[in-house]
Amino acid sequence: MAARQEPAVIAPAPARGQQAPRRRGTGRGRSLLARDRALGYALVAPALIVLLAITAYPLVYNLWNSFHNVDYLNPVTMGTFAGLANYDRLFTDNQFVPALVHTIGFTVVSVAVETVIGLALALALNRAFPGRGLVRAAVFIPWAIPTVVSAQLWKAMFDPQNGFVNYILTALHLPLAGTAWLGGTWTAWAAILVADAWRNTPFMAIVLLAGLQVIPNDIYEAARIDGAGAWKTFWRLTMPLLKPALMVALIFRTLQSFLIFDVVYNMTGGGPGNSTSVLSYLDWQAFLTDSDFGYGGAIAVALVIFALIIAAAYVRAFRTEQVS
Amino acid sequence: MATATAAARRARPRHGRAVAGRAARRTGFYLLIAIFVIASLFPFYWMVITSLKTPAELNQGTTSLLPGGRLSLGSYRFDLTQTGATGINFGQALANSAIVALSTTAITVVLAVLAGYGLARTRIRGKTTMLGFILLAGFFPVLAIVGPLFLAYRRLGLLDSYPSLIITYLIYTLPIATWFLANFFSQIPHQLEEAAVVDGATRLGALRRVILPVAVPGIFTVAILSFIFAWNDFAFAVSFMDTPDRYTAPLAIVDLGHSQFQVFYNNIDAAVVLITLPVAALVIFAQRRIISGLTAGSFR
Repeated sequence: MAARQEPAVIAPAPARGQQAPRRRGTGRGRSLLARDRALGYALVAPALIVLLAITAYPLVYNLWNSFHNVDYLNPVTMGTFAGLANYDRLFTDNQFVPALVHTIGFTVVSVAVETVIGLALALALNRAFPGRGLVRAAVFIPWAIPTVVSAQLWKAMFDPQNGFVNYILTALHLPLAGTAWLGGTWTAWAAILVADAWRNTPFMAIVLLAGLQVIPNDIYEAARIDGAGAWKTFWRLTMPLLKPALMVALIFRTLQSFLIFDVVYNMTGGGPGNSTSVLSYLDWQAFLTDSDFGYGGAIAVALVIFALIIAAAYVRAFRTEQVS
Repeated sequence: MATATAAARRARPRHGRAVAGRAARRTGFYLLIAIFVIASLFPFYWMVITSLKTPAELNQGTTSLLPGGRLSLGSYRFDLTQTGATGINFGQALANSAIVALSTTAITVVLAVLAGYGLARTRIRGKTTMLGFILLAGFFPVLAIVGPLFLAYRRLGLLDSYPSLIITYLIYTLPIATWFLANFFSQIPHQLEEAAVVDGATRLGALRRVILPVAVPGIFTVAILSFIFAWNDFAFAVSFMDTPDRYTAPLAIVDLGHSQFQVFYNNIDAAVVLITLPVAALVIFAQRRIISGLTAGSFR
């Protein structure tokens, strides 16, 4: 899904006789165009209605809740108007802001790491070599598994006693052997990053690979004849042509990283303490642990706003690239 | 063209150190590939090894890289037939996942085919807005809708039921499915429908008899992607499902294998293998489709 200015699906009507012929007086008296339109709306309606029901309705509900007290553990105030109290709490309760900071930090690091590795992988897969199809399938499998499985898997790998990570660190006499990974803040974040990157880098690589494969080979031939070195070819030639694919991959991964939930829930539960809490997890806790749908609603509204900001930023960057 | 390749051939080194340099680079390249493959698959390998251990071997705390001792399918038997200490029967969980994912896929395909065709082929107004909305829905923060949907389902008595998940999973599947199929349909030549209409078919009849057969590859792609997304969900499953025998597989894995005193990694890992097999098989057999589904129309 790309952020383009004009979707290519607006297919021009068949050019047989320049306009849709208007039937006069016959049949039900409606023109072909009108009937075509009616059919079209009918076809699109079910999908649109479903999507509206599960996005717009909850959003509006969240918005309404966020301005009221909807705390099921506090039945006295249930339903009363709360003004900006829930939003105020975002800034003062020492949960939201740390989670926001964690989330932004994690997003930046994970997207950077995954982009670099994903690009390397895409470049490697772009070359034809025997067994490439199998290799591509092999590196793509981690993406297809449930994130909770990746979380459990790496939780086991990082287990202090039985985990592979400590096993290999000990065997190779490397530092950090024997650490209780999920017990310390930075090591827990490292574990989360590994679980996230292992599962999501393939997606990055696949999108970038698709972008690389659109670049015609002649360009590389010409560059090589001109004597351009590999590095220069990469930066001056490949990267600019890869920008569209890079934008698509970045926007997806940035949003997904920002909204990370499964891995945090399953590996750390936000701990130790609150040091690995992220926005999505905080929102989930508000809804389903604390039953406070007013506060949760405020967080949800913030989440939607952030998602829009991120999407808009990338779309703007993409448009600027297009123009230049 | 011939001169270009001839010139390139001249430019390529053919002697001594240059050749050695090239060989070294090629070795380095294959080494890199090997590292990527190992990094991707090793965790699974390790899981499989662990899943074949008996609880006794686990207790010894051995973490050998090779399968040692007797290979035991006990964990698999346990997962598929027994109900664990937390009341979870993983076999049942797998069945729940299958039912939900297949239902979501079926509904997605129907709705996306209709909507995709409508967007690609009819002259409705507001297409840009609709497509934009669908795109936006694909980026929607999923956790933001958990709360209200929870309340709504509770009021409707739908909590802890298949429909609660099936309906909700459409947020994962419909946006990309509709977008992909709209693109796909717009690339089918108009002549196909025109011929059918000239022969007296209605629009919908033409759709059914002429377009759909041609669209099978695209529909297949959409079905696979939808299945994967629905199968993999955790956030909604953990929020809406309450009784253990309604748990879907990703949810069941979390509690599985935990007794009061011990974590049975062999059972957990067997469950991991079981839950991964369907999607791994899908990837291996349909990777081209999956990739084209994810990247469709992005770079034109």
